Amino acid sequence: MMNQQRREFIKKTAFGVLAGFGAASGLVPAFSLEKTILPVWDETPVSGKIRWGMLIDTRKCKKDCQICVTACHHEHNVPHFKTRKDEIKWIWKNSYKNIFPTATDQFVTSDVLNRSFLALCNHCVDAPCTRACPTEATFKRWDGIVAMDYHRCIGCRFCMAACPYGSRSFNWQDPRTAIHDPSLAYPTRQQGVVEKCNFCSDRLVRGLQPACLEACPEQVFTFGDLNDPQSDIRMLLETTVTMQRKPELGTKPSVFYII
Amino acid sequence: MIEKALKGNRSYWIWIASLVTLIVAGLSAYSQQRWFGLTVTGMGRDVSWGLYIAQFTFLVGVAASAVMVVLPYYLHHRKEFGKTVIIGEFMAVSATLMSMLFIMADLGRPDRLLNIMLYPSPHSMVFWDMLALSGYLFLNIISGWAILGAERKGVPAASWVKALVYISIPWAFSIHTVTAFLYSGLPGRHLWLTAVLAPRFLASAFAAGTALLILVSLILKRTTGYDSGKEAREKLAVLATYGGIANFFLLGMEFFTAFYSNVPAHMESLQYLYFGLDGHAPLVPLMWFSLIIGLGALLILLVPALKKSTKWLVAACMALVLSIWIDKGVGLVIGGFVPSPQLEIFEYMPTSIEVFVALGIWSLGLLILTILLKVAVAVKMEQES
Repeated sequence: MMNQQRREFIKKTAFGVLAGFGAASGLVPAFSLEKTILPVWDETPVSGKIRWGMLIDTRKCKKDCQICVTACHHEHNVPHFKTRKDEIKWIWKNSYKNIFPTATDQFVTSDVLNRSFLALCNHCVDAPCTRACPTEATFKRWDGIVAMDYHRCIGCRFCMAACPYGSRSFNWQDPRTAIHDPSLAYPTRQQGVVEKCNFCSDRLVRGLQPACLEACPEQVFTFGDLNDPQSDIRMLLETTVTMQRKPELGTKPSVFYII
Repeated sequence: MIEKALKGNRSYWIWIASLVTLIVAGLSAYSQQRWFGLTVTGMGRDVSWGLYIAQFTFLVGVAASAVMVVLPYYLHHRKEFGKTVIIGEFMAVSATLMSMLFIMADLGRPDRLLNIMLYPSPHSMVFWDMLALSGYLFLNIISGWAILGAERKGVPAASWVKALVYISIPWAFSIHTVTAFLYSGLPGRHLWLTAVLAPRFLASAFAAGTALLILVSLILKRTTGYDSGKEAREKLAVLATYGGIANFFLLGMEFFTAFYSNVPAHMESLQYLYFGLDGHAPLVPLMWFSLIIGLGALLILLVPALKKSTKWLVAACMALVLSIWIDKGVGLVIGGFVPSPQLEIFEYMPTSIEVFVALGIWSLGLLILTILLKVAVAVKMEQES
């Protein structure tokens, strides 16, 4: 009888102590067994405070070089399908008249005609894709990035019809069959959802620069906060003549080009 | 009332069996699509909508055209439409269901369809289209069924039913207007970026949908002996003619604006569809065929002697439906994606899997229409005898 009560008592005390540890670890972060790195979340996002932007100096870009494309697609597990129909791309190269179809001057220098031009999501201020999305699976982040929630996307492809730059790709089939060298840096997607360039939001949160910029041997890219007048990108934009893709549509792209 | 659909002659059951066969074939094709993904269709990165969305657009028009009988009968008390109204309403039910199924068939993740309701996004036209279509479906099935039930009992329909019918009239215009807004609000697609898209959708719907209604009424007369009246059909033919004229007039406006202004972006899609662009002209014969048979149909309908003959009426109605099906069900969607935003041309051709899924959905719609009309005709014939 005595033994039974003793046993009960010890059991309850042990549970109580354990519960106390649990509570303490919740209240005092130093006690917790699993730790969250808080500095990442330190700053409360203020909508519109930052606007990430990119400047591409096409004069420095080598015609047949694909280093940035390969780096981006590897980092983000972008599948490589052979057929154009199934193609998925976040960043790619095309000619002047394809990238700037409404800007073709009548007499373009042969240098410009021979150059290749990079295209990626423009992260527009007034993005037609986020307007068209019926589930907010694609949305505008507080820092100007047009992001995707792959778990909410229903695959209606309205954003693809809405995007005037052809920046979006759809997973017509299981992408994992066409990822030959998987990267651990970013999750793979599922069949049936749309994806596109995320301005490396996954890297920015780790304090890194976009993968394309980091890989480029020619310093083609400048990345920074368009809302900060002291940033490199703003300085360059104020001192150089730049272009945007289809500015007449009023989407206000955040990707700029030096021709 | 539904038990009336279970009694039929040999040809009725053969018809039902063939529809069920096609539905099963469609389901099997769809299971392939679910398993392997939308890669089994002809769609791709450049032409990212195809046969499914095109059928959806055409069928919303058919659904909206029920208003062409509902409006004169209920608002203007045109008694000659009394026996046609129920056909129009049940056609609207079946067409709305089919259009919703075509959206489902087009989704990459149909299992997440409810996200449209779980995360309502008023800035998206899909949200409004979903509200418009599901509302229209309920308005028509409830009012049609209730009126038929009242008729069977020989009592006047309840007053709330009348209210639903009146609401369904502006609602019919709204479904096709919102469907046009799905397209006409997208900045980079110049074939769609036009203020006359919604009016043209309505005009072509009132032409093709009404012509289809005339054909269904004639089929019912032939197969069941239920005659909704020559007078009603002739009046409907007049409405279809006006709808068709308005449609081709608005198409002419598109051509003028694009080619007189000479703005490349406005011309390119029309060039691709009707004349060929950079040597790519796969749809040119089809688009001209659509134009010629459509105008030919209107010509027949404008000659009183020809319109009075059932043979010519059938030919004209069939031509008008086919013409607008090609225009809206092929040209509009594919043309909107060619050339691509980067001025590239990707040729789209539906695959057999896509065609079978589409046939399956059409068959399911026809099966529902058959059952509804079977009940309606049985009730109506009972009252007459």
